[in-house]
Amino acid sequence: MTDATQAADATAEKPTPKSRFSRAWQSDFAWKFRHSPVAIVATLVMLVIVLSAIFAPLIAPHNPFDPSSLNLMNGFTPPGAANQFTGDLFLLGTDDQGRDVFSTILYGLRISLFVGVAAVLFAMILGVTLGLIAGYVGGWTDTIIMRIADIQLTFPSILVAMLIFGIAKGVTPVEYRDQMAIWVLIFAIGLSDWVQFARVVRGATLVQAGREYVAAARLIGRSGPAIMMRHILPNVLSPVLVIATISLALAIIAEATLSFLGVGAPPTQPSLGTLIRIGQGFLFSGEWWILLFPSVTLLALALSVNLLGDWLRDALNPRLK
Amino acid sequence: MLAFILRRIFQSIIVLLVVGLVAFSMFTFVGDPIDNMLGQERTQADIERLRQQLGLDQPFVVQYWNFLQNAAQGNFGISYRQGRPVAEILMERAPATLELAAVSAFFAMTLGIGLGVFTAIRRDGIESNLIMGVSLIGVSLPTFLIGILLIYVFSVELDWLPSFGRGEVVDLGGWTTGFLTTSGLKALILPAITLGLYQMTLIMRLVRSEMLEVLRQDYIRFARARGLRERAVNFRHALKNTLVPVITVTGLQLGAIIAFAIITETVFQWPGVGLLFINAIQFVDIPVMAAYLMLISVMFVGINLIVDLLYFAIDPRLRVGKGKGH
Repeated sequence: MTDATQAADATAEKPTPKSRFSRAWQSDFAWKFRHSPVAIVATLVMLVIVLSAIFAPLIAPHNPFDPSSLNLMNGFTPPGAANQFTGDLFLLGTDDQGRDVFSTILYGLRISLFVGVAAVLFAMILGVTLGLIAGYVGGWTDTIIMRIADIQLTFPSILVAMLIFGIAKGVTPVEYRDQMAIWVLIFAIGLSDWVQFARVVRGATLVQAGREYVAAARLIGRSGPAIMMRHILPNVLSPVLVIATISLALAIIAEATLSFLGVGAPPTQPSLGTLIRIGQGFLFSGEWWILLFPSVTLLALALSVNLLGDWLRDALNPRLK
Repeated sequence: MLAFILRRIFQSIIVLLVVGLVAFSMFTFVGDPIDNMLGQERTQADIERLRQQLGLDQPFVVQYWNFLQNAAQGNFGISYRQGRPVAEILMERAPATLELAAVSAFFAMTLGIGLGVFTAIRRDGIESNLIMGVSLIGVSLPTFLIGILLIYVFSVELDWLPSFGRGEVVDLGGWTTGFLTTSGLKALILPAITLGLYQMTLIMRLVRSEMLEVLRQDYIRFARARGLRERAVNFRHALKNTLVPVITVTGLQLGAIIAFAIITETVFQWPGVGLLFINAIQFVDIPVMAAYLMLISVMFVGINLIVDLLYFAIDPRLRVGKGKGH
């Protein structure tokens, strides 16, 4: 239980600055966390995954991107068994090129997580900015921004991401396409996901803009951007954090889906989705481990982020949809 | 009423114009069509002539207008990759996607409503909790993993159902159907489940929560007091009143099904429009991408419009009060 408490404090204390109000709020929050086994397990799973992604170069027994460490003779080694030619042992087996599956998963996790987090950050910055402007400035600006949001919301975000990826791919010169793929992916997923942030922030901003402290700030002559960033923003952030967590789960799945479809991370920088795409080719030939382990990892990651997001939503604000 | 309908139609047209602008910009800004069509040995005169022929020397607005006119007539140019008219390729692929989407939607709706009613009536039963638990996992599983899992169980291990393609199809005057052959029907099962599963869980959860809400109402209690049979109360009185939001969501999900068909079609190598789109993205085949975008937006906007109007028709309360557009 003490471990869990520490984990709770660690996660609860990171995002918010220390003020009297937030400290009181945090203790309540921490109490809810300690009493939710789902949240504790999800956090632990996520912690393990994130840590193993960060320290992948230290943990991974091989570097799957260093061709000199690969031995084609090691190809298709089943998990936990010695290779029949070289006698090498691999925890989760190897793929057709003799790459250690465990190591490729660790490196794949890095790409999946990086793309997911970066895409959500991008979506968050874009959505919060546009939401603040729409809510505070109002008028035509508001109408245009929210109309665009409405139109985009008509289409499933995965479709929007695919389309943006396709266009961006067409714009980048052929020789840079593989290198740029990760950034294009972040851009595409981020741009497909800003609407949620903008809608919630706009709604909250409309409420805050009518408050007296905003009128006071305006009276003492603070500029519009200053009022938005320094005064309104801190007051509309708590739902944003919830949406960010849920978006992270969606972004990770979106990235995996795009990569699986072959319009995401290239085979030279495989994410979990790319690995599953590669593994699917061996479904019928019996090398199940090339497919199974990346799938299970993706599932554990998506499920834990999802559960954590759901829990966070209930714990922070039961009224939020 | 009329004002509402007109406003909604006007909004839909605006959306289509914006999407058309996006599709048109793809042609103009992504790659140079002249580059794509002329070879290495070209003269300045050739370029000018083609530019004039394609109308590229005209102002942006005029070009956009021409594009819209062509698009409205179903003329999207020629696929860079296959060298055939895009409209022709799309028509050839459409039946596969539409049949798959129809079967999935049917599966999602019947099973979704059925299970939703069941879990609402026996809300504390073991089966209900089990179904709800499994559905949570179903929502978190990415679509392509569900597909792979189904292929592994039913194609690799059990060898009951095919893992790719449509099976044998019958050509009914331009419309190829898989409904008429055994292999065609067998090939439909796994993709349809994969595609419909998410929508099924969604509908199930919605029906369940709406049913629970309605079952608490006074008129249900009154119907029970009148001595009506359980079945009549549950289906005639309760379910009927839950259907308004269900129709809305199902309608909107119909669009999602067509979009998510891209993923399912890739997993099962189903020769539909979605697979065509993914291949177009991989090879940056702009005419196909643009045509798919336009096609699917017309479908989405149409579905949205119909759902909104239907909603209006079903729920009399909306007609009295001034309903909001969204």
